[in-house]
Amino acid sequence: MDYSQFGAMLPELIILGLFVIVLCADVFTKDGSAKRFLTPMTTVLFLLATVAIWLIPSSGEEVFGGMYVDSQACKAMKAILNVGAFIVLLQAAEWVESDDMKFRRGEFYELLLATLFGMYLMISARHFLLFIIGLECASLPLAAMVAFNKKHYESHEAAIKYILTAVFSSAILLMGLSFVYAFSGGSLYFNDIAASIAGTEINGLLIAAVAFVIAGIGFKLSLVPFHLWTADVYQGAPTAITAYLSVISKGAAAFAFFVIFAQVFGSLYSEVWEWMMYAVIIATITVGNLFAMRQKNMKRFMAFSSVSQAGYIMLGVMTEQALGLGSMMFYIFVYIVSNLAAFAVISSIENKTGKVSMDDYDGLHKSNPRLSFVMTLAMFSLAGIPPFAGFFSKILIFTSVTASDSMALYMLVLVALINTIISLYYYLLVVKAIWINPGEAKVERFESNRCDRVALVLCTLGIVFFGLVPYIYEYCLDAARLLN
Amino acid sequence: MDITLPILILAIPFAMFLILGIGGVKMPRKLAGSIGILANGALLACCYTVAFTYFFSGDPLFIIDGVRQQYQVFDVTWLAFTDRLVVNIGFLLDPICAMMLVVISTISFMVHLYSWGYMEHEPGFQRYYAFLALFTFSMLGLVVATNIFQMYIFWELVGVSSFLLIGFFYKLPSAVSASKKAFIVTRFADLFMLIGILVLSYYVAQTPADGPLGGASAFNFLMLNSHPTNVLASTLGATFMGGSVLTWAMILIFVGGMGKSAMLPLHIWLPDAMEGPTPVSALIHAATMVVAGVYLVARFFPMYCIVPDSLTFITVVGAITAFYAAVVACAQIDIKRVLAFSTISQIAFMMVSLGCAYDQPIEGVHYSGLGYMAGMFHLFTHAMFKALLFLGAGALIHAVHSNDYTKMGGLRKYMPITHWTFLIGCLAIAGIPPFSGFFSKDEMLTAMYNRDIIWGVWMTIVAGLTAFYMFRIYYLIFWWEENPEYKHDGHKPHDAPWQMSLPLIILAAVSCVAGFIPFGEFVTFNGEPYHIHLEGWVAGTSITVAVLAIALATVMYAKKNPLPSKMRQAMPGLWMAAHKRFYWDEIYMFVTHKIIFGGICRAIAWFDRHIIDGTMDALAAVTNFCSVKIKSFQSGNVQAYVAWYLLGALLLGAITWICLL
Repeated sequence: MDYSQFGAMLPELIILGLFVIVLCADVFTKDGSAKRFLTPMTTVLFLLATVAIWLIPSSGEEVFGGMYVDSQACKAMKAILNVGAFIVLLQAAEWVESDDMKFRRGEFYELLLATLFGMYLMISARHFLLFIIGLECASLPLAAMVAFNKKHYESHEAAIKYILTAVFSSAILLMGLSFVYAFSGGSLYFNDIAASIAGTEINGLLIAAVAFVIAGIGFKLSLVPFHLWTADVYQGAPTAITAYLSVISKGAAAFAFFVIFAQVFGSLYSEVWEWMMYAVIIATITVGNLFAMRQKNMKRFMAFSSVSQAGYIMLGVMTEQALGLGSMMFYIFVYIVSNLAAFAVISSIENKTGKVSMDDYDGLHKSNPRLSFVMTLAMFSLAGIPPFAGFFSKILIFTSVTASDSMALYMLVLVALINTIISLYYYLLVVKAIWINPGEAKVERFESNRCDRVALVLCTLGIVFFGLVPYIYEYCLDAARLLN
Repeated sequence: MDITLPILILAIPFAMFLILGIGGVKMPRKLAGSIGILANGALLACCYTVAFTYFFSGDPLFIIDGVRQQYQVFDVTWLAFTDRLVVNIGFLLDPICAMMLVVISTISFMVHLYSWGYMEHEPGFQRYYAFLALFTFSMLGLVVATNIFQMYIFWELVGVSSFLLIGFFYKLPSAVSASKKAFIVTRFADLFMLIGILVLSYYVAQTPADGPLGGASAFNFLMLNSHPTNVLASTLGATFMGGSVLTWAMILIFVGGMGKSAMLPLHIWLPDAMEGPTPVSALIHAATMVVAGVYLVARFFPMYCIVPDSLTFITVVGAITAFYAAVVACAQIDIKRVLAFSTISQIAFMMVSLGCAYDQPIEGVHYSGLGYMAGMFHLFTHAMFKALLFLGAGALIHAVHSNDYTKMGGLRKYMPITHWTFLIGCLAIAGIPPFSGFFSKDEMLTAMYNRDIIWGVWMTIVAGLTAFYMFRIYYLIFWWEENPEYKHDGHKPHDAPWQMSLPLIILAAVSCVAGFIPFGEFVTFNGEPYHIHLEGWVAGTSITVAVLAIALATVMYAKKNPLPSKMRQAMPGLWMAAHKRFYWDEIYMFVTHKIIFGGICRAIAWFDRHIIDGTMDALAAVTNFCSVKIKSFQSGNVQAYVAWYLLGALLLGAITWICLL
């Protein structure tokens, strides 16, 4: 075997190396030291890893017989996710440092790194076996992370719901893949399957396979009707994990979804899955919105908002490849910073005061003007109000969909636009609570810790500048042109 | 060329705006003011260096065989919406831009310095300097724009900063309504400009990538100015609402310029804008922003030349405005209003000059360059002497605490510096040699006579009126009869502190010598030098007219006498009409309130309340209804979740399968 091929897997190796370092540091230090050094160490190393992944050029080669591809697009996606994960780490720092977590600090970081490793594999896999390994690697540790608040009943309930649904979705996905396996005559390589599908006539088995694959990956993306777990899990999980689930896990799954549907089922687009996705996207955006309107718990609220956002992300698969992927990556990046900004505020308020209800946000600007400001920006960005990044990401993904000039897709964009108006209602509810609702502030004044501040500043910069500075979008578009 | 200085030219004022705008509140006044002035001094140095490098270095980038070139220092893509709709941000250096850099930075610096004394005791001093910086930034961004979009963006920013500064005294209701008026009127005009740009962009095709222009964006001024016919080839022959596309587009774009430059009938905001602090009036509403319309026409000039009809339109609008404003200026009491109408009249003068600079040989002789060059020359000299007059007026207001000339009179003994500088300004605007206004006005009149004798005669009359009303106000302020209140009052009026006097002296000095600048060597229509020579008979006529007008003003106003009131009583209707500015504001009030608000808006309001709101309410009701109905899906029961999951997957497959059968 040619071990030099591992050289193409540098991002995975970096994360794996970090994992090993944290694990060793965790295992070989005495519990008495309370492992205070773990958080700063991991954060700094992770930052270095993020920078390294941004800087490493991609070789663009396929290794291990084409199972794994190291392309510019995959690398860009990993880099984007890494930035998001870094922000999550910053946000989690306070929670990780709490006494409750005294002996489990290491575990949190190890599990998080393991899931990130799995997501990287999902992104780069060009063979279904490797993809499944990545997917499971990304799913199972997450269940443990959801259950991290051992003393909270909701945390356990959420973890059980998550693991049961995850197992079920894996089963469906594997079933779909076994149908695919039958078609390809025994190969699980993306290329081979695509070639054999292109040659056969469409039949029920193939349609079932596509539907099951959509369902299987749709679980991670929380597409409707595969989203029902989302709210309960988001609500029960520790807030940092919720943030992680809502952006990083979703981003990786969206990218993998795009790769599979472009490369494996690409030839079936117009006949089979265009309409499936059409229905799923409309359902996702609309149902997410309808539920989000009624939520009072901020974490449930964000859960449904993220369901709806997943629908917008999926618009990227409905169009020409490079343009769609580029817009989708940009959308995900913007979504990461906007959503994490909101979660940073939610989690710091929850950590300091334990309040997560929207009613508690009344008059927040009187006690915490800076947090109020960031939250407002995040809501504006998620709702797509110019000149914030969310406006540009929405307009770019809409224009990419309309680029193919089909009436049906225009209608899809129209539905998405109407939903944007509806979403404005509930995003502005938060803004209204913060700035307009009368009464004294229910959350007392507090100082965020240093890590939270850095995370907030990073997110705010992203919200303000990603749209106005064209290079981010161009970077995504250029990367998207080099998918293989 | 090194891009550091051009970037600094935009970065310094913007940084000042941020620093003073955000941190200003916590700064002491002295600190904020000195930071503002020092930064502006640095900006002045940058602008001068860039302009002088452009004009004098002889670098082949800027001048080839004696022909000045347009040079793009940088031009980066900012927003690429589609292949055709690309918004760039850059820095274009050419003669008019370099000249404007000098004008803007000079006047801005003078005003910064002057305001230090003038605004000393006003609350919001720091905010004032922040707004000044924002205005300077917007104006500089406007003149260096490389393409129509950038110009439009900064055009709007200029409008915003003007709004902020007019309404600076936001506790005065009159200032607030003046700022709103200015913003709404100019914004209304900009709407036409936007439509013009959109019409143009709809019809102008992207130049082919392998063509001579290399796929350049059709909105790039470099392309538009060097190859206007190539770029606009696709619009020729196309019609839009019964006229040629290009004529429509160019006239609509000019309407935007009419708004900013206060041409009739969009002039109504400028006199009211005098509610702002006086240094602001000098900077924005006399020297820089109001000439944006002139600059716009100059910038698009090669395109205007393709459609001569639009140039005729500009000439007619300018000529009517110039005469109207000059007549109104004769009957105003507020000295700032006199200066405001004088500004309108002078800007219209420049417009007429540009309109007469049509690039076609008339009876075999090319006069093309003259009107353009003269218009730009007058823009330059006018900026200097009008800023001088406004700052002088500021010093007067500072001394007597009133805008009204009836409160002044006989001030020459008390305020010698202000008196002499103001006199120089009056002589310059009246067109008396050797002051700067004479030279530029003479060139403009020559261009107008060359174009058509009617324009020449008409504008000579306007020039005479100018001399008359300027000296009328001069005598009424400094001569006439001394206001008895000076003697009773404890403190007599006196000259302003040095921060205010120094800019007056500098600007007066510039007004004395600027006429001798061989302007044709620097700024011409096509970059080739134009040799200025005075037409003896034009100069003679204009001097004679000016001297006669001044003599008349001297007879009427130098000493207190009953002549003016007799004349007023002789024709009360005319005086009243001129005093009320020929009732334009009343006409606007009637049209907006009675016709638009009363007639059209009521119907629209009904439609909005019942149809639009009704639709929205229905949408909200349906959304709410659905939202309640589907609540049960989210039962919290994981078995149900999984069942829905499976059902969803099966349905997705089954329905697709049925549809495909």
